[in-house]
Amino acid sequence: MKEICFKLQGEAQMKEGLYDEEKQFIMMNRTSQTIDKLNFDIPINGTIYGTLLNYNGAYQQFESKMNESPYKQPPKAPVLYIKPINTHVANGSSIYVPKEVESLKMGAALGIVFEKAATKVTEQSAFDYVFGYVIVNDVQIPHESIYRPAVKEIARDSFCPIGPWIVKKEEIKNPDHLVIRVYVNGELKQVNSTANLVRPISKLIADVTEFMTLNKGDVLLVGIPENAPLAKVDDHVTVEIEGIGKLENVLKCEETLVGEKI
Amino acid sequence: MKHARVAYEGVIYDAIQLGEGIQLTNGKIVMEDEVVWLPPFVPQTIFALGLNYAEHARELSFHTPSEPLVFLKGPNTIVGHRGKTVRPSDVTFMHYECELAVVIGKMARNVKAKDAYDYIRGYTIANDYAFRDYLENYYRPNLRVKNRDSSTAIGPWLVDAEDIQDPMNLKLQTFVNGEKTQEGNTSDMIISIPELIEYLSGFMTLNPRDVILTGTPKGSVDTKVGDEVVTEIEGLGRLVNTIVAEPVLQQ
Repeated sequence: MKEICFKLQGEAQMKEGLYDEEKQFIMMNRTSQTIDKLNFDIPINGTIYGTLLNYNGAYQQFESKMNESPYKQPPKAPVLYIKPINTHVANGSSIYVPKEVESLKMGAALGIVFEKAATKVTEQSAFDYVFGYVIVNDVQIPHESIYRPAVKEIARDSFCPIGPWIVKKEEIKNPDHLVIRVYVNGELKQVNSTANLVRPISKLIADVTEFMTLNKGDVLLVGIPENAPLAKVDDHVTVEIEGIGKLENVLKCEETLVGEKI
Repeated sequence: MKHARVAYEGVIYDAIQLGEGIQLTNGKIVMEDEVVWLPPFVPQTIFALGLNYAEHARELSFHTPSEPLVFLKGPNTIVGHRGKTVRPSDVTFMHYECELAVVIGKMARNVKAKDAYDYIRGYTIANDYAFRDYLENYYRPNLRVKNRDSSTAIGPWLVDAEDIQDPMNLKLQTFVNGEKTQEGNTSDMIISIPELIEYLSGFMTLNPRDVILTGTPKGSVDTKVGDEVVTEIEGLGRLVNTIVAEPVLQQ
């Protein structure tokens, strides 16, 4: 049983409970409920920052371009981007595929949720600022160039499913060693591990907070593994992170956004 | 009307400009220097435009971009009128950017330029500092340059949209320690306010309290610790910010 925090649809307050991974139920207030009976809402309300090229494989794939124009040299500091509030959706919600696009990249990301403001923290103290971990699908329109901020590719409505819950820090022994799996329509499409990060979590937190504060409730995504699977309209996508859970969403055509039955 | 948010005697108030002073929601009239100025609204998503004035783009030796150069900023960057912005000890070039900030008033999706003004709540001044030493060519301008704590002053007022006759014809000026260092006019924007709203709402939803910083004209000079930087926009007032040294962290 793992201590988790979550928000249910229709309820304003956050809830705490115990997650039984094996039997797939949640205990709260001495009652238990199977996970498929619960409608989870978005469990965070801070700013979500994504990190570029933080998996060794993703970095290596891009490395040959790093000394060429327009990049000219490899990145020195962590390269971040923001997933704004219009992108945030809950477990079970739809991901809307823009009509001009065939398929979207499913960016399986471990999210670090902050417990208190972290400014210029050391690697040694980095985990003191962590509240817990959450699964995020950092959905993007595939784009080759990473020279200019890719707001149009990254910040579309519904492009940041998050949840279903936050697992408290104490429950995850080694967050730098978690297996990540992505399934599209039940078929395993990707396996990777946070063991392959360029900057492990404590180093990433130290290097990011060197230049900006991560506040209470903010989420820092550790990166997207290389060869992120593509998905298209009507696909069912599951991002699974070992010890944390599964985040599931279905892709729909953007045009169904208007007039869809709620 | 000009709206502010201020802290006075331990309470946060909405306030409006009244003559030389400001009136709090409880009716009390106080002077500008009696309050702590907060950002005049709490921004939701913060958009910023790079290279949106031709002369400034040339100054930075860039060609005019084919598509708007848009980036996002986090809430950690926002600081109010009379606030302070840190100059990191290792930078050699930190410059202000006086920008017209457009505040969205209602949800906007697929809005056409001709209707765009209906979605604007009002305007304020932004001074969006850049720390050029940290520029890297990945998602440039990268967050290390444009997302530092308290590096984006906004205020003093949120001015109602109906009070600004033509937001595309406003004089912008920056003064460093009283000396004018930057002057321009919003009429020189490459992509106009209505076009920006059409562009952004064409691929994502804009929400109330979203803000678009529309770019800065030419005239970027380095600022040092102790400098007082005043950014002014016609009809919106003057936004004061002071550059300070990094605090020494006690571990």
